[in-house]
Amino acid sequence: MDITVNHFLAVSAILFTVGVVGIFVNRKNIIVILMAIELILLSVNINLVAFSVFSGTIVGQIFAMLVLTVAAAEAAVGLAILVVFFRNRGDIAVESIDLMKG
Amino acid sequence: MELIAFYILAAIVTVSAVAVIAAKNPVHSVLWLITAFFTSAGLLVLIGAEFLAMLLVVVYVGAVAVLFLFVVMMLDVDFVELKQGTLGYWPFAALVGVAFAAEIALVTFARSTAGDEINANPGAATNAEAIGQVMYTEYLLLFQMSGIILLVAMIGAIVLTLRHKPHVKRQNIAKQTARTRKDATRRIDVESGKGL
Repeated sequence: MDITVNHFLAVSAILFTVGVVGIFVNRKNIIVILMAIELILLSVNINLVAFSVFSGTIVGQIFAMLVLTVAAAEAAVGLAILVVFFRNRGDIAVESIDLMKG
Repeated sequence: MELIAFYILAAIVTVSAVAVIAAKNPVHSVLWLITAFFTSAGLLVLIGAEFLAMLLVVVYVGAVAVLFLFVVMMLDVDFVELKQGTLGYWPFAALVGVAFAAEIALVTFARSTAGDEINANPGAATNAEAIGQVMYTEYLLLFQMSGIILLVAMIGAIVLTLRHKPHVKRQNIAKQTARTRKDATRRIDVESGKGL
């Protein structure tokens, strides 16, 4: 038996679910929430590449690269916001992020 | 043989992903995240998507994970306190997780549109060549757009975190270039044998 696309879809489904659960479990720690988002984006990437490879079209890999770009940009800006927030408040607990009283 | 490698890598990815969200110390979380990225790069190598695999290692491990490590270590946060009371979230999280997993499994295994043939580089000799052939022609605009996204992210991060401290001597370029020889130097006639 060879590797099929379903194998990869199963792995990426597990990764995605773990990422979503991670957001709910670590509701107080915004750094781990960002890491869980990275996990979700990784699972999306695996999905895109698997479909690209198993259907013989290269476009999926291009899209995976774009997702990678956005993930990197998101991590950079998110962590910069986190650093600024820490400077202003002195902690990064999610429940203390209520400066705007939204 | 490849299937065995796949199962090993998949098991490592799953375990390290769970460890990312379950670790008490965020530094450990980042290290587990690095493991997850590395092993998923291995998974991609397994089906021939070498270029994306290496990109994953370079971008995620080399840039994103290091950024996370920097921020985790820079912020002086009591992470033990942050972890308090998170146990209460587990039932709800498990519920959401099971619902998500069930939905994805239903969609995934109901029907698969792709074939079973592995073909990572259609119409080219290598994977990188296959990507390059379309990336710089058909998807040139997307390529440039992702460059702009990265530029905006970079400028945004700098603008956000830059702060001007008072009492720090800085170079004033306008003042510097406005200086002329006339107001910067003076000529003194020194009598011989006397000195200034």
